[in-house]
Amino acid sequence: MTDPAAEIHYDDKGVVEAIPTRPPRSQWAEVWQQLKAHKGAMAGAYLFIFIVLAVMVGPFIWHADPQFLPQGRDFINLRDTRPIYTALWDSGAKVNWAHPLGTDNLGRDTLARLLSGGRVSIAVGLTAMVLSILLGTLVGVVAGFFRKFDGPLMRLTDLFLALPLLPLILVASLLFREPLSNTFGTEGGIFILIVALIGITSWMQTARIVRGDVLALKEREFVLAARSVGTNPIQLMIRHLLPNVLSPIMVSATLGIATAIITESALSFLGFGFPPDFPTWGRLLNDSVDRMVLYPERVIWPGLLISLTVLSVNYLGDGLRDALDPRIRGR
Amino acid sequence: MLTFTIRRLVLAIPTLLFISLVIFLLLELAPGDPMAQVPLTVPPEVKERMREALGLGQPWPIRYWKWLVQFFWIEPQVLIDYYFGTTFSADDLRVISWQTRSPVMDIVVQRLPQTLWVVGTAYVVGILIALPVGIYSAYRQYSWFDNAGTFVTMVGFSVPPFFSGVLVIVIFSVQLGWFPSIYDTTLRVTDWDSLVLQLQQMVMPVMVLALQITSQISRFMRASMLDNLNQDYVRTARAKGLREKSVVLVHVLRNSMIPVVTVIALGIPGIFGGAIITEQVFKVNGIGQLLITAIQANDLPMVQTLTFIFAVLIVLFNLIADVLYGLLDPRIRYD
Repeated sequence: MTDPAAEIHYDDKGVVEAIPTRPPRSQWAEVWQQLKAHKGAMAGAYLFIFIVLAVMVGPFIWHADPQFLPQGRDFINLRDTRPIYTALWDSGAKVNWAHPLGTDNLGRDTLARLLSGGRVSIAVGLTAMVLSILLGTLVGVVAGFFRKFDGPLMRLTDLFLALPLLPLILVASLLFREPLSNTFGTEGGIFILIVALIGITSWMQTARIVRGDVLALKEREFVLAARSVGTNPIQLMIRHLLPNVLSPIMVSATLGIATAIITESALSFLGFGFPPDFPTWGRLLNDSVDRMVLYPERVIWPGLLISLTVLSVNYLGDGLRDALDPRIRGR
Repeated sequence: MLTFTIRRLVLAIPTLLFISLVIFLLLELAPGDPMAQVPLTVPPEVKERMREALGLGQPWPIRYWKWLVQFFWIEPQVLIDYYFGTTFSADDLRVISWQTRSPVMDIVVQRLPQTLWVVGTAYVVGILIALPVGIYSAYRQYSWFDNAGTFVTMVGFSVPPFFSGVLVIVIFSVQLGWFPSIYDTTLRVTDWDSLVLQLQQMVMPVMVLALQITSQISRFMRASMLDNLNQDYVRTARAKGLREKSVVLVHVLRNSMIPVVTVIALGIPGIFGGAIITEQVFKVNGIGQLLITAIQANDLPMVQTLTFIFAVLIVLFNLIADVLYGLLDPRIRYD
């Protein structure tokens, strides 16, 4: 393999000597270079950051209260308004500049509900991803590092992979709803429930990948060196093994956000997720399906947002995987 | 190979027993009361007797054992009776649904054709589209076809079925009025017209499911083809003067199909689970919809049995995938 950035020098004995002209860069700078070249990944990253910022900052700019119910005559006037753009082709449409994306059948502002729903959906996605990565890494590192835990932990992983997860999530979400709601309040309880359910049922792939990598790394010389200077196993795992398995973990973390958001929306869509007055994108979609003939925008916006978020995250994960794969880096 | 299969089959039994225990214990925690729908005027002692009639009076190990016996011993007998007209299971108690008070397996058998029709067709359609797309994308890597294909599979990967389903309903059923939005399961295919109706109502669910399946499998197919196209044996095949068609479609494809076939096998049980949402969107009253209504109605024997059937499918197809891998790839030997 020739490095285009290296100049070839001949010394007096005719020995070819390649002197790199650019300073050596760290691994992460290389990864960043590679990632920058991947158009899809960059577009995904920008879109994802934009959506996250929009749902985080949006409520401070768009002050409408997503829970506000107009009373009396206002209720009649403000309910079921269409988005502003429907006036383009339907001059008789009930539109209102105060509600650019319209209102629902109770007169609540759709834009505000989309923003607050997105906050919950993305918060669930990120937290569930963190939980699943923590679990997966823990199981993977322990199983790969300690021989005696390897068998039992991998059987546990196989068992989890053999469970029909969606039915069990549905059952469990009904099961623990009451006790958790009583302890942490309705919204907090259900948030914890959904995050825990998604996290507990999605760590297996990470665990398998991490275990495989740890098994290979364990035999390398630097681990032997660290062991010989008396590093204890915990330190060895944290200081020497974890940084080396970071790349597969990062890829599965990115893709994990996507699956977590989809699972949460699916739960809400089936009516097993968040309660109706606590909107998430899936819940908004579910609530609007019955009236989609008259108000298709109420279905399309939340669905579009879910799909765009997941698409951007998937593209980012794909690019990250390519960038972190040393076999195809620099191609 | 045979010993491996037998060993795996034997190992699957404790796994499945353990899974059934896990499901049972999870359902045991369920707060729902099957007597919740009984009118308040029914005296408590009568309710207690009704509860016992449902088999709820005993401690859970006994009930678990009874479920095991009913599922693994009595239900197969019923099946044998059905096919051969014997009377092995004449007076034995079967797994009874709390909702309908009829045997769970009878309802499952009623619902199965709908799921199999829709999901099975979608799976076949998905594979038939995915394989050529994956092969051609890999062969012309980074061409416009590959880029478009990658984008479409990414979209198919990312758009959840409850959105793509609703979207196609809005487009094809509300705006264009081509297909019905609700799957009519009472339709009997007797003549040409009813067959057309049946196909029309299958188009949208199949389209939604097939998009997902296509995107998963064509990604795999493409990656697997790309791995093989740069191998030395491909250069050898070209060097000895084989036509490009036979290099790609015989040499490369046969080797690339090995992982894809196992992925196809592994995806079959997942499709039953994934179809839960699609069935809900199009109101197909198949297995997935049965599960949702059973969960909502606290019908524990039904949930237990259905979930366990899903688990059996997953374990079975995992086994099939492993065996297929060994059969197709002579480099892999499980000895």
